[in-house]
Amino acid sequence: MKLLPYPIASAIFLGFWLLLNQSLSTGQFLLGASMALIGGWALAALEQPKARPRRPLAILRLAFIVSADIVKSNIAVACIIIGFGRRERRPGFVDIPLELRDPYGLALLACIITSTPGTLWVKFEEPAGTLTIHVLDLVDKAEWINTIKSRYEQPLLEIFA
Amino acid sequence: MNALLAYAIVFAQISLGIAMICAAYRILRGPRAQDRVLGLDTLYVNAMLMLLVFGIKSGSTLYFEMALVIALLGFVGTVALAKFLLRGEVIE
Amino acid sequence: MSSASEISALSAFFTAALLLLGSALTLIGSLGLLRLRSFYERVHAPTLGTTLGVGCIAMSSIVYFSTLAGQVALREVLIVLFMTITTPITLMVLVRAALFRDQTEGQDASRANIENAPRPRE
Repeated sequence: MKLLPYPIASAIFLGFWLLLNQSLSTGQFLLGASMALIGGWALAALEQPKARPRRPLAILRLAFIVSADIVKSNIAVACIIIGFGRRERRPGFVDIPLELRDPYGLALLACIITSTPGTLWVKFEEPAGTLTIHVLDLVDKAEWINTIKSRYEQPLLEIFA
Repeated sequence: MNALLAYAIVFAQISLGIAMICAAYRILRGPRAQDRVLGLDTLYVNAMLMLLVFGIKSGSTLYFEMALVIALLGFVGTVALAKFLLRGEVIE
Repeated sequence: MSSASEISALSAFFTAALLLLGSALTLIGSLGLLRLRSFYERVHAPTLGTTLGVGCIAMSSIVYFSTLAGQVALREVLIVLFMTITTPITLMVLVRAALFRDQTEGQDASRANIENAPRPRE
């Protein structure tokens, strides 16, 4: 049995333990490290596929883009709810063909799409690879497909290649 | 400047309270079961934020633990309810 | 309001500003539950509270407790991370349940969507 079967998950365990206890003392560090070891072994028993994220720069750039988009779409949805910009609004579903197949990449894409208000992950059909999302303010379907694919899927394909 | 913080806390409490009323209205009115579950989801998030504001108001870190517990239990509860709507049973 | 007088003016200002922003966004998101017409539109409303609403209020709590204790206190980051991970799961299961229920009752979601799409504003 390997000592650290999932190094990233174990590091996250340790980080969470130290955050929860608000201390960096030796005792808490040892307790957190043992938690991380046991948690890693428990995960190994579940036999999850391994995540191999690459290109830390691409991850940082994606995180920056996504935070900017969250702020922008928060303002846009707030305006829609309050009722600024009175015009016809047409909500609807959009089907997007995806090339991304990595489960962790798809999970991250689900978090990104749902975290930006105004778009919502509905379902992903495995063999064909079509993703259905619901959009609150649907102006142009082709534009949405283009946005999702170039803005989010392309960096994720780079990271989880 | 500290008077500003006191007013901000009162404003945050009032607006989160109104937000909780909106969510509760959605739970009571429906019209369908999924609307009620959505209202419950919003209600627990608002309650959690209210606890964080209480923590700032009282200067006590105890409220953080409560907020974390509400977040955990609220998530499990709404997912169980949504799963029930999807299949008619929670555990398959 | 005993302890709110112990921190410096600058951090009090940032705490207050983030608190106002976060609570206002959460309120707008919850008002969306009342104002939007169909279920598939209403699902979008609470994400306002779960993204920037939680983010701003957690940030203001971080600023406040960091200056109060004199050291960096990052615990609220846990809540933000947790909400970011759990919201997609809840909403995805909920929307699929709604689609399933609409389809089994013969009310096609895409048709319902077209029906209430171009609507006059009040």
